[in-house]
Amino acid sequence: MAEREQKRRTAPSRTETEVVDEPSPSSPRGEKLKADLDDLLDEIDEVLEDNAEEFVRNYVQKGGQ
Amino acid sequence: MAIPKVCGIETEYGIQAAGPDGNPVTASSILVNAYAAEVERRTRWDFEDESPDKDARGYAREGAMPPMVETHLANTVLTNGARYYVDHAHPEYSTPECFDALELVCHDKAGEEVIRRSMVAAAALPTAPVVVAYKNNSDGKGNSYGCHENYLMDRTVPFANVVSGVIPHFVTRQVFTGAGKVGHETTAFGSEPPNFQISQRAEFFEEMVGLETTLKRPIVNTRDEPHADPKRFRRLHVIVGDANLAEVATFLKVGTTALVLAMIEDDMLPAKELTLSDPVRAMHQVSDDLGLSRPLRMADGSTMSALEIQWEIFAAGRRYAKERGLEVVGGDSVGDMVLDRWEAVLQGLEDDPERLADQLDWVAKRRLLEGYRDRHGCRWDDQRLAALDLQYHDLRPERSLFARLPMERLVDDAAVRAAVEAPPRRTRAWFRGRCLARWPDAVVTANWDSLVFDLGTDPLRRVPMMDPLKGTADHTDALLEECANPTELLDRLNS
Repeated sequence: MAEREQKRRTAPSRTETEVVDEPSPSSPRGEKLKADLDDLLDEIDEVLEDNAEEFVRNYVQKGGQ
Repeated sequence: MAIPKVCGIETEYGIQAAGPDGNPVTASSILVNAYAAEVERRTRWDFEDESPDKDARGYAREGAMPPMVETHLANTVLTNGARYYVDHAHPEYSTPECFDALELVCHDKAGEEVIRRSMVAAAALPTAPVVVAYKNNSDGKGNSYGCHENYLMDRTVPFANVVSGVIPHFVTRQVFTGAGKVGHETTAFGSEPPNFQISQRAEFFEEMVGLETTLKRPIVNTRDEPHADPKRFRRLHVIVGDANLAEVATFLKVGTTALVLAMIEDDMLPAKELTLSDPVRAMHQVSDDLGLSRPLRMADGSTMSALEIQWEIFAAGRRYAKERGLEVVGGDSVGDMVLDRWEAVLQGLEDDPERLADQLDWVAKRRLLEGYRDRHGCRWDDQRLAALDLQYHDLRPERSLFARLPMERLVDDAAVRAAVEAPPRRTRAWFRGRCLARWPDAVVTANWDSLVFDLGTDPLRRVPMMDPLKGTADHTDALLEECANPTELLDRLNS
């Protein structure tokens, strides 16, 4: 069906885009991001509200705009 | 013709007071009043010109309540030109009018800093409960509160053109403006609801166009309250956005939208080709499309993904920059920065969204949640994940999960601290803020489009500010410098 056909994307000159620092897991930036996340996960239980279930249950807001 | 996209953001913060019966209105007032008492002289906001029920389509709703009824508890105007008050049981911070997206990022962050200082000030009060503020948009139980953007537009552009032009952008910009959310809280998704969705706010939208902001929310809000000369200006009130903590997300949310509006004013947006067959449904579909490839049905029978629509709008933006320049969106430096970042983020989303974990809220949050799930082997309905979601938005430095992530900054802390005190230089916010800083006792009321002075003699003197682009530092600094007191200022303004 024609209507299921995807329109061709017309991204302009995207070949010019330079990927300077691809932070895939193997790149330095990717490794840094992963290390930072690991650090955060190591300490997260200290930061996390004591009783998650109660905390979530009590978080009730009045609707706003 | 396109006019400079003066812009601002109003954020309703989530609020929790210690104890199960903590009253949110009281808690919100405590925050605002504690801040006001600590650093600001309170200046009563003037409601004379407020008419939130006036409709851009040309009619007013009967029997609307004046906003005073809900906000009498706490209401302040700050020396940076912002308004900080209680609205709908939430503390709300409205940034001053900014000249471009980058300046607005700074003032949006200054708003967070004001809330943080308010929490500290409230904690020092002997009898107040512990009050905590969250910069998010829902409680996970079906109650949503907004983060609204405002943009100055040329009044002569037909509103119908605004509607058809902005809808494709508002539906698809979620891919970078989304703040991410565990689960779902409406019936928008039918029998297969998402475990995690891109937007906090998208599922609450039920109409395409309308005046409401608190129920049956429309993608395009028609509130017609320009807070400026109504013959020349329109203020587009945008209610579809998520509250962002990531600076890149806020920058793109505002920068791309300002550019889209300029293109609409100059009739350079290919709106017709981008018309969605069912924008409300598409809004929900995009939020529930972590793979960023779902085909959305277009009005002409074809399909496009959210990213494909974004690429088309981006391409129009590049053309616009080449043919008309970027004067109205902050000049070349900020305008080019918007286009370059927009392109890089769309490319990143297409190649591997993970690459944007330090730039976009929904990607950062999802990555954090997936990491936690991997470690603890928990299911998506585990309440610890819902708790992590909420705590991402906690504004207390010691509790905020966002603050612990290595997110990219676009403005530095010194600039944010300065923006807590000083107004933007290139809009009328400068005049408002500087007058409040210099003569706090003489300014009895401040509004977006006027200041009222009490000079100790009858009557009170009103200074109208009907053009958001006048009253800038360039216009008024010499004058303010030369006047020793407000009486001199008013005399000079009248002569």
